[in-house]
Amino acid sequence: MTDLSYNPSRGQSPATKMALRIVLYLLLGLFALFYLMPLFVMLTTSLKSLDEIRTGDLVSLPREVTFDAWRTAWSTACTGIQCEGVRPYFLNSLLIAIPAVMISTLVGALNGYVVAQWRFKGANIFFALMLFGCFIPFQVVLLPMARMLGIMGVAGTIPGLIFVHVIYGLGFTTLFFRNYYVSIPSELTKAAKVDGAGFFRIFWSIFLPLSLPIIVVTVIWQFTQIWNDFLFGVSFSQAGTQPVTVALNNIVNSTTGVKEYNVDMAAAIIAALPTLFVYVVAGKYFIRGLTAGSVKG
Amino acid sequence: MTRWLQDNMPKIVLAPSFIIVMVFVYGFIAWTAWVSLTRSRLMPRYEIDSFIQYERLAASPRFETAMVNLAIFGTLFIVIAMVLGLLLAILLDQKIRTEGAIRTIYLYPMALSMIVTGTAWKWILNPELGIEATVQGWGFAGFEFGWLVDPDKAIYTVVIAAIWQSSGFVMALFLAGLRSVDEEIIKAAQVDGIPTWRVYSAIIIPSMAPIFLSAFIVLAHLAIKSFDLVIALTGGGPGYATDLPATYMYAMAFSRGDIGQAASSAMVMMLVVFAIVVPYLYSELRTKDD
Repeated sequence: MTDLSYNPSRGQSPATKMALRIVLYLLLGLFALFYLMPLFVMLTTSLKSLDEIRTGDLVSLPREVTFDAWRTAWSTACTGIQCEGVRPYFLNSLLIAIPAVMISTLVGALNGYVVAQWRFKGANIFFALMLFGCFIPFQVVLLPMARMLGIMGVAGTIPGLIFVHVIYGLGFTTLFFRNYYVSIPSELTKAAKVDGAGFFRIFWSIFLPLSLPIIVVTVIWQFTQIWNDFLFGVSFSQAGTQPVTVALNNIVNSTTGVKEYNVDMAAAIIAALPTLFVYVVAGKYFIRGLTAGSVKG
Repeated sequence: MTRWLQDNMPKIVLAPSFIIVMVFVYGFIAWTAWVSLTRSRLMPRYEIDSFIQYERLAASPRFETAMVNLAIFGTLFIVIAMVLGLLLAILLDQKIRTEGAIRTIYLYPMALSMIVTGTAWKWILNPELGIEATVQGWGFAGFEFGWLVDPDKAIYTVVIAAIWQSSGFVMALFLAGLRSVDEEIIKAAQVDGIPTWRVYSAIIIPSMAPIFLSAFIVLAHLAIKSFDLVIALTGGGPGYATDLPATYMYAMAFSRGDIGQAASSAMVMMLVVFAIVVPYLYSELRTKDD
């Protein structure tokens, strides 16, 4: 903490100090409004009727709260020719995200464990290759991946999307676990080996019990990434297997009929709820994942 | 046999991931690079035929727009997000009682999908019923804010939404940096009567150089990969006024059926990313190995 505002040597009068504090809080409050405003507008718009929206005041509270838009967004809004709301796509996103998160986290944990604790010739090269893969723009693998999914017979299916998310999530999950396990003294592994414990035994009874924080960080990171993904979702799905982000975009951009802004907003909030929920209950771990990718170690 | 298995278990465990990375990352990059040198259109062809696709890219006004947009968007997004993030971090570093809550508010957009962000801002910025109409309704009849539908200005709406989404994250990075500066030095400076702004500009901020670099890398990376935000906010329009290389690539690959152009534009994107990331990764890995 850099305690600069209570600097006794500066000899400010209490009144000046007070004024400075007020300006400070005012500024912080204004920025808070900037960040909250879109969420507020989304929420109030979703609770208004279309007639009220047409009077054109973004920031007013709804005169009459109605949940019609939410009902429509959930079960009858049109994403093109289908009109089933976002519900089936919300489910798709869950069906994609849950297995993909579990598999990529598990494999990342094992990879990280090997790279950090069982150093052998080439392990570092493997890690560098893996790390590099985190940074490629996915556009560069889009075309061959589309063909590969076709060859594998999973084009446009949910297992296909799970597969894609696992593969391109491995770089980050390996990175997270590697950086975590590298700080655990290798003497631990050596001692266990002397005692006759094998590779998996050491992982299972020594490393895994120590791993809860990094598992939480990784699961949250992967879940947020996969839930919020649009590029893979729009490229590798077909009608019926689209994730919720693609469905949301289709609802908003569907040109048939009257533009229902309240339904758009309700659908957007529904699509955002799972990751917002994770952020609210486990924000600390969310931020750790975000910063782990950039400020390593 | 079991002995061999025991000894080689680490390699056996790593093998599938190794194969996957070699095929699905490096093999696929090689495939795209190869196809970018052919005359592929609707179907990929494999006879190498010079740099024809890159010449077509260079001659394409649409791709030029995309690259210019990337430069405008990337520069503004990175600079403003860094300045704003640093400012917020410094403001929050003054023993604010409600710091936890404020930080949560500043950072939550980072948890949202770009599609959600784009949808929200598209609604807020739409001229008929959004901010423009709202401010007019307050009595400012002459107020105009039609950037979203103005081909010359639409790219700036993408900047606004992207900054809204990511600046809180930059703040979190900088805040962690401010907290890691050696307190003794700061105290010593204060005892010497050095004014607060000098303490920041001469001591604290220069010592955070690595964090500036990290923030820059992350933001640059986000900017180049930006795809969903443009799709949700402007759909690349009006016309193709807000196209970025990422949306150009997607349009060529999936709606225009021009695989050669898709592959070559993807390669350009990758080269831009690597020009930024490779020196950074290289220095990171080198210091790690010591």
